[in-house]
Amino acid sequence: MTAPLLSVRGLGVQFVGERTVAALSDVSFDVEAGEVLGLLGESGSGKSVTLRTLLRLHSPRRTRISGQILLDGQDVLGERELQHCRGGAVSMIFQEPGMAFDPVYTIGDQIAQAVRAHEDVSRETARARALQMLDRVQIPQAKRRLDAYSHELSGGMRQRAMIALALACKPRLLLADEPTTALDATVQIQILLLLRELQRETGMSVIFVTHDIGAAVEVADRIAVMYAGRIVEENRVGEIVASPRHPYSAGLVASTVSAAQRGQVLPTIGGSPPDLSALPAGCAFAPRCVRAGAQCGQQPPLVRAGTKALACWHPVSPGSMR
Amino acid sequence: MSAVLPTQADRGGPAQPLLRVTDLSKHFAVRNGLFGRVQQRVHAVDGVSFSVAKGETLGVVGESGCGKSTTARLIARLLKADAGEMVFDGDAVGAYGGLALKDYRRSLQMVFQDSFASLNPRLTAIDTIAYGPQVHGLSKAAARQRAAALLARVGLAPEQFGSRYPHELSGGQRQRVNIARALAFEPRLLILDEAVAALDKSVQAQVLNLLQELKAERELTYLFISHDLQVVHYLADRVMVMYLGRVVEIGPVAELYAQPRHPYTRALLAAVPSMDPARRTDQSPLSGDPPNPINPPSGCRFRDRCPHAQAVCAEQVPVLRETVAGHWAACHLDDPRSGHAEAPVLLS
Repeated sequence: MTAPLLSVRGLGVQFVGERTVAALSDVSFDVEAGEVLGLLGESGSGKSVTLRTLLRLHSPRRTRISGQILLDGQDVLGERELQHCRGGAVSMIFQEPGMAFDPVYTIGDQIAQAVRAHEDVSRETARARALQMLDRVQIPQAKRRLDAYSHELSGGMRQRAMIALALACKPRLLLADEPTTALDATVQIQILLLLRELQRETGMSVIFVTHDIGAAVEVADRIAVMYAGRIVEENRVGEIVASPRHPYSAGLVASTVSAAQRGQVLPTIGGSPPDLSALPAGCAFAPRCVRAGAQCGQQPPLVRAGTKALACWHPVSPGSMR
Repeated sequence: MSAVLPTQADRGGPAQPLLRVTDLSKHFAVRNGLFGRVQQRVHAVDGVSFSVAKGETLGVVGESGCGKSTTARLIARLLKADAGEMVFDGDAVGAYGGLALKDYRRSLQMVFQDSFASLNPRLTAIDTIAYGPQVHGLSKAAARQRAAALLARVGLAPEQFGSRYPHELSGGQRQRVNIARALAFEPRLLILDEAVAALDKSVQAQVLNLLQELKAERELTYLFISHDLQVVHYLADRVMVMYLGRVVEIGPVAELYAQPRHPYTRALLAAVPSMDPARRTDQSPLSGDPPNPINPPSGCRFRDRCPHAQAVCAEQVPVLRETVAGHWAACHLDDPRSGHAEAPVLLS
């Protein structure tokens, strides 16, 4: 077995300030080359923090990071030449493409600039690459769009341009932070299909962060469910949807609204997600969990078995859903 | 019920629609150029007509820019319509001899998407809910008492949550306060404009359950605006599909989801993720983004994204036609007389 492309071990992130917020606690996962990992969770579960920590996008003054991130066997957290990694081997796309582009430079300039920052090429070559990338992400009239500013593009077009920018330096790992959440349904499916196609063509790995199970099912090979800064369950996408083991994943899958439930009361998870600055001792989900027992006062370890991982003392028995 | 704030009684009986909207239009002027002259107009809502029966939930779906939120604001009179009229339980709204605006506004309330922006940050939950009835003449004590009861009804213990400010509540709790505030007037029609869209999935299900309970308990009528087709399928009795300011299809929920007649409705439904990794979507139902409402295409506004578009679609505006009882669609494909080559042949 070859070493995974990305390997995260015991990652912890704390934001310090007036209150200390434990955004991530002991997060460990691997991403194989060419694999799409979906990080699924609600707001505040730590899924975006995980991505941002991989590129160290948080203010170093207010962030305490512990643990290890290995990209191709190299420690990214300790690496001096982080600039090389950002946009080169690893690049990221965001939820708000309008915010990610600089409003005073054209799309073409920004892509060309990214290319020249990582490769020693001429202006013309970089611009040609930019055009080629815009074509690749199926932007109509790519030649004209090269000289467009980001505000001149529609939402879906902007997201395509951002994907072109992110892929311009042929990254081996793409971090996608809710890239389709702000888009309309008919545009969302286009972007998901585009990402899937580009992933297959280039063989890159992708970490796809979303709160929408539907979107995750469309693109991911494997899904890691996060809750209150920890991974609580990890499995192949089909198995997560068909037989979730952690009560939280089971609740998430069950609370997905469908037509079959018309006229019935929807199954819900009671309560609301915990305050990250005052996490309960033990399992953070226990106060909302119907299966909670005395043992849940202790933090359940994330037990791995092959492609699966689960952190729960009282898991839902397999196949009991539906 | 206090005598100061009487509930509006049902007048026309169950057969009369609660709200009938006819030819509602709103164009926004875009000012630019020299001296800020009006150069272009955004056709936000263009000749929209529909009715909402008593006790039903009408779902309104469409992409951003299709005019669904503008329609809601026009109905709530947060915006003044350029044209069109509204009849509320038999009374023309704002017209001479009709229903006064002040009474109309009390029988209709709205819940918005952004739960934080729609609450006053300097009022506690109790004060927020009691504010409106007090303005309309209820005594302070009575208004606060009613507010506490409503807060308890939406699942927030008044002793615990009543004195909290919006920033001390979670998103789901804030939306519950918004719902309680809307109910404080004992409205008959509740407009829910993407009211559950910003909530996490597990919290969204809780709020949807609450809405269902309240509706049954208080005989409410909902206008439920959403871009989430699964939620609309779950909640709505009838569904209205909008595209670029026009209604393209309207019909009973089961019928519309099972047999969508308009190509746009079909595409919208096909864009819903399948939840089954073995049956992933492999082709996008539509290409491109919704066009700009400043210069909508002539004729059928969907024609430049429609796989079935023909010359007739550019020339004539399709009108809503009833194909099956209660199911209306505005597409030349459906009309034997339209001259569209793929339209069914008229049997005489």
